[in-house]
Amino acid sequence: MASVKVRLTFPEDKIKEPIIYNVGHEFKVITNIRKADVREKKGWVDLEITGEPTEIEKAVDSMKKKGVKVDPIEKNVIE
Amino acid sequence: MSKIKGLKCRECGKEYPAEPLHVCEFCFGPLEVNYNYDWIKGQISREKIEKGPKSLWRYIDLLPVAGEATVGLYAGFTPLIRAHNLGEELGLDELYIKNDTVNHPTLSFKDRVVSIALTRAKELGFDTVACASTGNLANSVAAHAAEARLKCFVFIPGDLEAGKILGSLIYQPTVVAVNGNYDDVNRLCSEIAAEYKWAFVNINIRPYYAEGSKTLAYETAEQLGWTTPDQVVVPAASGSLLTKIWKGFNEMHKIGLIDKVNTKVNGAQAEGCSPIATAYKNKTDYVKPVKPNTIAKSIAIGNPADGYYALKVVLESGGAFDTVTDPEVVDGMKLLARTEGIFAETAGGVTVGVLKKLVESGKIKKKDRTVAYITGNGLKTQEAVINAVGSPVFIDPKLSAFEKILKK
Repeated sequence: MASVKVRLTFPEDKIKEPIIYNVGHEFKVITNIRKADVREKKGWVDLEITGEPTEIEKAVDSMKKKGVKVDPIEKNVIE
Repeated sequence: MSKIKGLKCRECGKEYPAEPLHVCEFCFGPLEVNYNYDWIKGQISREKIEKGPKSLWRYIDLLPVAGEATVGLYAGFTPLIRAHNLGEELGLDELYIKNDTVNHPTLSFKDRVVSIALTRAKELGFDTVACASTGNLANSVAAHAAEARLKCFVFIPGDLEAGKILGSLIYQPTVVAVNGNYDDVNRLCSEIAAEYKWAFVNINIRPYYAEGSKTLAYETAEQLGWTTPDQVVVPAASGSLLTKIWKGFNEMHKIGLIDKVNTKVNGAQAEGCSPIATAYKNKTDYVKPVKPNTIAKSIAIGNPADGYYALKVVLESGGAFDTVTDPEVVDGMKLLARTEGIFAETAGGVTVGVLKKLVESGKIKKKDRTVAYITGNGLKTQEAVINAVGSPVFIDPKLSAFEKILKK
């Protein structure tokens, strides 16, 4: 089992979609929200995803395909 | 008793030991060094600092290392230049340039943070250091790792121009060029940092690394006769530098080295990558990530780690954020070179350009004692101005030809 910490940034048109709930059902991962700020027109969530590395990868790819920006919890590490 | 109590979460306040940790396990907030200021206050004095080395290590009592300095012994204590000419052009009575274009050994302010990071990394027992960078940070980590005889890995995006990495390759690190877009490379580097027991300077060593920027504030105050400026203008990339300059001034006040802090902290960003300035203008605390598109690549961070905190500092201090376009960046570089003889990289052009705007808008006033932070050397980003500096006057080898152009 592995675990990753990510910052999700949601575009306005995805705020109402239960994206985190869905990845928990579509893939064998456990999602755990640690901090979030979701408002009408914008939102971010700090999320821990636990599971086998391949399942985590699929869950992340799925969220990216839906238009969610998925960054490491450190945000930009390339300076 | 020691000067470092440990690490502390900036969000929830949970405390951790002084180890290579950077994220709070509870709320995922960033960790920072928790100092024992009462102990430091008993150790430090202006006189002791003034007798110290002519480097940033004269402030070792306020830096997050347990023992003596071992890496980067000559970093910092760069000139604070009274910029009479630029001040006159902009309409400022007392303008200073804090000139980190001559920082040792790689000519940018990154030599400060990397000196601290690698000294601390050695204390923590690491034999390998790493970073992900497109320029200044890579140069500095590679150079200091060579000096410290540490193994070094530098990660770069696969499409980075060869010239950009020359200043790192010369020190013989392992340079890994990763295929993929910026976000892919960014995420991979974070995963590598989590997987390998290396000192990844701006990831797991970040709480220590970032503290090196405070020395810019310490030096400024000391060079101004143990006082603070009325206004500072600071380029903002991750936002860390700006927050640490503010922290540095306030720490000096807290431990009695200076009487007061009445400095307004102003942030400078390039219009093509201005997530923090945009949040400031929109009066929101939400720093929305952007895709960078500017020639000021050394400060082009689209999703800044400390963006929120930088915004808070600017608001708390009563400063402002402003932006400049790429042509204004070049104008700023040329203005600084023409008036003060300092060739800064693009980030310096951003700082000077924003300084000019803040004066024009009345946010910085004629009488304000102002310091502009120039953080990197122009020789590193020559491509930015290659078409903007004119060309030589060509003549035949005859005195008459020379005199002809003199009359023009």
